[in-house]
Amino acid sequence: MNKKLLLILLPLALLAPLVLYPVFLAKVLCFALFACAFNLLLGFAGLLSFGHAAFLGTGGYVTGWLMINSGLTPELAIIAGTIAGGLLGAVYGALAVKREGIYFAMVTLALAQLTFFLYVQAPFTHGEDGMQGIPRGALFGLIDLSDNMVMYYFVLAIFCFGFWLINRTVHSPFGQVLKAIRENESRAISLGYDVNRYKWLAFVISAALASLAGATKSLVFELASLTDVHWHMSGEVILMTLVGGVGTLFGPLVGAGFVVTMQNYLSGGELGNYIHIIMGAVFVICVLSFRSGIVGQLAKFKRDNF
Amino acid sequence: MKTLQQRLLTTLIAGALATSAVAAPDGKVKIGVLADMGGTYADLCGPGCVTATQMAIEDFGGQVLGSPIELVTADSQLKPDVASAIARQWVESDNVDTIGGLVSSAVTGAVTQVTNTSKNITLITGSASNSFTTKACSPYIAHWTYNVVALANGTVKSLVKSGKKKWFFITADYAFGHALENVSTGVIKENGGEVVGSVRAPLGTTDFSSYVLQAQSSGADVVALANAGNDTVNALNAAAEFGLTQSMDVAGLLVFTPNAQAMDPATAAGMRLTTGFYWDMDEKTRAWSKRFEERHGAIPSMAHAGAYSATLHYLNAVKAAGTDEPDAVMKQMKATKPEDFFARNAQLRADGRMVHDMLLVEIKPAAERKNKNDIYKIIEVIPADEAYNPMIAECNFSS
Repeated sequence: MNKKLLLILLPLALLAPLVLYPVFLAKVLCFALFACAFNLLLGFAGLLSFGHAAFLGTGGYVTGWLMINSGLTPELAIIAGTIAGGLLGAVYGALAVKREGIYFAMVTLALAQLTFFLYVQAPFTHGEDGMQGIPRGALFGLIDLSDNMVMYYFVLAIFCFGFWLINRTVHSPFGQVLKAIRENESRAISLGYDVNRYKWLAFVISAALASLAGATKSLVFELASLTDVHWHMSGEVILMTLVGGVGTLFGPLVGAGFVVTMQNYLSGGELGNYIHIIMGAVFVICVLSFRSGIVGQLAKFKRDNF
Repeated sequence: MKTLQQRLLTTLIAGALATSAVAAPDGKVKIGVLADMGGTYADLCGPGCVTATQMAIEDFGGQVLGSPIELVTADSQLKPDVASAIARQWVESDNVDTIGGLVSSAVTGAVTQVTNTSKNITLITGSASNSFTTKACSPYIAHWTYNVVALANGTVKSLVKSGKKKWFFITADYAFGHALENVSTGVIKENGGEVVGSVRAPLGTTDFSSYVLQAQSSGADVVALANAGNDTVNALNAAAEFGLTQSMDVAGLLVFTPNAQAMDPATAAGMRLTTGFYWDMDEKTRAWSKRFEERHGAIPSMAHAGAYSATLHYLNAVKAAGTDEPDAVMKQMKATKPEDFFARNAQLRADGRMVHDMLLVEIKPAAERKNKNDIYKIIEVIPADEAYNPMIAECNFSS
C-alpha cells in the first residue's frame, strides 16, 4: 500500500513547484522532515521530547555559520550541522533517557531552554537579529542553489533521504524493539533488551534528523534565527505530528503541510491577529475528536469501509 | 517506469529553467506593508502604517501608469524569519514592487537582505538602526522618518550639554538597541560625559524591576532607555515604582506618541525626546492628523506620518519616471525633494537616507494639557543637516 502511495506522491512532489511557490514547498518539506524525526521518537519509541527545537536550531546555526565563515559547499555544511545536532542529541539523550514519561519531557525541555539561552547570548548567533544573509552556495561546488527551483529539488532529495532512513529504521529489527518498548517497557527489559541504549539511539537518530531539517531550512531561507530554538517550535512540532497522526509514517508529513499552509495563509489575511487562537482551536478539536490524526483517521476509514 | 520518470525529470528541469527568470517590472504597482500587527510595536507601526499607506494611495488617486495601485499587508510578528519569508514570497511570487512599514531593525535587516538582492525598493519607516544607510546600505533602500543618530543628536546631546554627565543604559537586546546605545555613547563621550554601565533586556520584556535596580545602584545622572514601544512604557513604570525617577533622570531615547500618551504624566512630565513628527505642529500637520485620527482612532505616530510621506513620494516618482522599474524610480525619488506635511526641508540623499527637520520636544505635565492628545511642547527644531549622520563614501549611490 505504501509503495503505491509513494508512486503517487513522488511525481506530485516533483511537479508541485510548477504550480506552487517553491520556497513555500521547501519550507513544508523542512518541517515535514522535522516532524518525521520527532515522530520517530514519539510515535515509535513512545518518548515525548519537548526540546526538539534545540536540535533544529543547532543544525541551522552550525550550517549557517559554516556557510558564512568557512566557504564549505552546502552539502558539507549540512552534514556538519547534522553531526553537530546529533552530538548534542547524544549528550542530551544520555541524560534524558534515564527518566520516563513527564520527567523525560521536562528534562528535554530544560536542556532545550539551556540551549536557547546559550544561543541568545552567544555572539555568533546575533541574538534577536538572527544569523542573516547565509549564502546558499553551490552544491558540490557545481550547481548554483540560488535558484528556488533547484533549491527545492535539493530539499526534496534531502527529505526523501530522511524519510527513507526513518522508514528503514521503523521496519528494522531495531524499530521492532522500539515498538516493544513503547508498548510494554518492563516486558522488553525482561526479554533481555538494554532498553536505555535503544531509547538513546532512537533519540540520537531523531535529533540528527531534526538538525538535518534545521540545516536545510537555514539554507532555504538564508537565515537562522531564535524562532527555531524557542520552545514554541518544540510545541509546534508536537502539533504537526498530532494533527497529522502520531505513529504513522505519513502523518507528520500531512500535519506539517497542514500547519505550515495554515500559518502561511492566515498570516497574510484578515485573521492574522488570531493565528494563535485558531491554531489552538485546531489542536483542541484534534485532540478531542480525532486523536489518531488526519492520516490515522483516514487509515481507519479505509479499514472500516473497504 | 524508469523512462517515464526520466522524461518527467527532463520536462521538470526545462520548466524550472523557463520560470526561473527574475520578475520583470510589469507596469502595475503593488505595495506591501509589512508591520507588527499585534505585538510590542503594534501601536507605532502596525495597522496604523497600513492606514497611512492606504491614505497615501487614495490621495494619489488610486492608480498610476494606467492601472490601480494594489496594497497587500502582512504581520511580521517582529520575527526576522517570518518577515524574511513573507518578503521573499512577495517579491518572488506575488509581484510586489516595494515594501513599506518595516518596524524593528532586526526584521528590516532580514527583509532588506531579500529585497536588495531582488532589486525591490524598501521604504523603511518604522526602524531606527543607522546600518541601513551605512554598513548595510543598498541602492534600493529609502530610510524615512528617523534613525538612531537623529535620536542621539537630539535627546542625548541636549541632556549632556545641560550637565547630565553620567549615563546608564537599559538597552533592547537586538540590532536597534545596540545601534542606539553605540551611537549615543559616542555622542556622550564627544560632549564630555561618561557611560557608567549598561544592561540588555530582551525585546518584549514585561518585568523591568531587575534592570531598574541595577540602574539605581549605578550612580548615574541619567538612565537612558534605549528601547521602544511598550518596552519603554514598562521600563518607565518600573522606574517610577522603585522611586528611581526621584533620584535620577530617565530619558526615553525613542518615544512614539502612542507610548507617550500611555505614560503617567506624573512620572513622564518634563522628559525630553526627539521625534520626526508631531501632530500639533502647524496647520498642515493638524489637517492630516485629523483625517488619520478619524480612520485610525488615535493620533498618528511619526512612523505613521512617515509611511504616508514615503508612499506618496514613491508614487510620485513612479508617475514621473513613467515606469515601476526600481532603478529609474529610485533615481527619480532622489532627484526630487519630498514636500508634504511631514517632510520639512527634506531630501532623499544618495545613500538612501531621507533627512528632514527633527523636533526636540518635552512631555507636558497633566496641568498644561488641554486634551488627551496634547502631550508635547516643542522645544527646538533640529535642522535636517545637523540631525543626521553624514553620508559615507561607500554608500553614495548617485552614479
